[in-house]
Amino acid sequence: MDFSLIVLVVIVAALAFDFTNGFHDTANAMATSIATGALKPRVAVAVSAVLNLVGAFLSVEVAKTISGGIVDDTKVTPVIIFAGLVGAIVWNLVTWLIGLPSSSSHALFGGLIGATWIASGSDAVHFGKVVEKVLIPALASPIVAGIVATLGTFLVYRITARAKQDTVGRSFKAGQIASASLVSLAHGTNDAQKTMGVITLTLIASGSLAPNSGPPLWVILTAGTAIALGTYLGGWRIIQTMGKKLTEIQTPQGFAAETSAAAVILTSAHLGFALSTTHVCSGGIIGSGLGRKLAEVRWGVAGKMVLAWALTLPAAAVVGAVAAEVSTLGTWGTVLVGLAGVVVALGIFLASKRNPVNAETITEPEPGVQPVNA
Amino acid sequence: MHIDWGSLGVVFVIALVSVVVVTSLFSFGVVGLSQRDAAREAGGSGGGQLAGSVLCFAACAAIIGYGIYLIVA
Repeated sequence: MDFSLIVLVVIVAALAFDFTNGFHDTANAMATSIATGALKPRVAVAVSAVLNLVGAFLSVEVAKTISGGIVDDTKVTPVIIFAGLVGAIVWNLVTWLIGLPSSSSHALFGGLIGATWIASGSDAVHFGKVVEKVLIPALASPIVAGIVATLGTFLVYRITARAKQDTVGRSFKAGQIASASLVSLAHGTNDAQKTMGVITLTLIASGSLAPNSGPPLWVILTAGTAIALGTYLGGWRIIQTMGKKLTEIQTPQGFAAETSAAAVILTSAHLGFALSTTHVCSGGIIGSGLGRKLAEVRWGVAGKMVLAWALTLPAAAVVGAVAAEVSTLGTWGTVLVGLAGVVVALGIFLASKRNPVNAETITEPEPGVQPVNA
Repeated sequence: MHIDWGSLGVVFVIALVSVVVVTSLFSFGVVGLSQRDAAREAGGSGGGQLAGSVLCFAACAAIIGYGIYLIVA
């Protein structure tokens, strides 16, 4: 196999997206376990990283997951995919900086839709499919997970009400480790696949791979490693939002929230719904807050989160569209977009240094002023 | 455009049923463990309660194992 330069650039961009996907979504599986003390922060992200890597090898539903008929495959070029990835990465980094658990999948879809629309025209985007495969599951999945988690939490507290509370706490800590691991595994089977799909499509589009072929082993390996590495570094800002700011979480609630999220993700994946693990997990956490008597859900934080969800697809689409407009002007345009992406990423990284949230500070009591100003 | 409300309903029902079953089983297992502790403190063996707990936890593990089997297969 020999690649042209643009294919190589797309692969690097796809792996960079995969990396941001990893640290953006660590929170989904591990936020509640860290918040309740079931797992130490470092141990939690390490377990999650390994399971993401394992998950990446489990499934074979690849190219389908990513393209899903949302854009017209025949009108997509490597340059368009590159522009879409830049849009997705930029949005993922911005939401990470302000600690919002937005969907990495929607950022990816949005970036690709925006880039394709600008470069190949609106008829290259299948809007009916977008509604069917992205919008409807996005609305339904957190509600389903929320209702299920509410009921699960209610049952857990009802059944164990008269049991010895130290036994209850200890047991649910163990249960939480299992349920959180299951969510990590499910995440690996879903999200690592999306990057593999992008790389495989690019290889097929450039003629390096025969049409309809699956991802080569090195693609699975690099994609799995990139998401695992991102997961291990941990998106502490988002973990803080999901584990502490939405509602105060106890171990039985964490267990119920994670079990609900895993059940919804696994059932949906089996029936072919492309949904966002982020939306499902957030819905589960809010549900577990509602299910416990007197637990308070902070609807202000939840509202901000929903706003970020609604914005994710269009915002990534706009960035993707701008990137596509410039990228398709020629090689210098593509280089310019690549450089701009690197500069934005560096700027966000430097901005995050001013107010660090990491494994050491994550379990400390919150400081008085919070940086959420979205 | 075709929205598959049937499948969406199936997701809801399966998730609801599996979560109700798993969380209930796990909770009953926890209650069993707690009763075992109480029985031991009272001087008994608590073996029956322990067996019941183990049965509940094993059933949980089996359901989760089936879930993983569904993704892999």
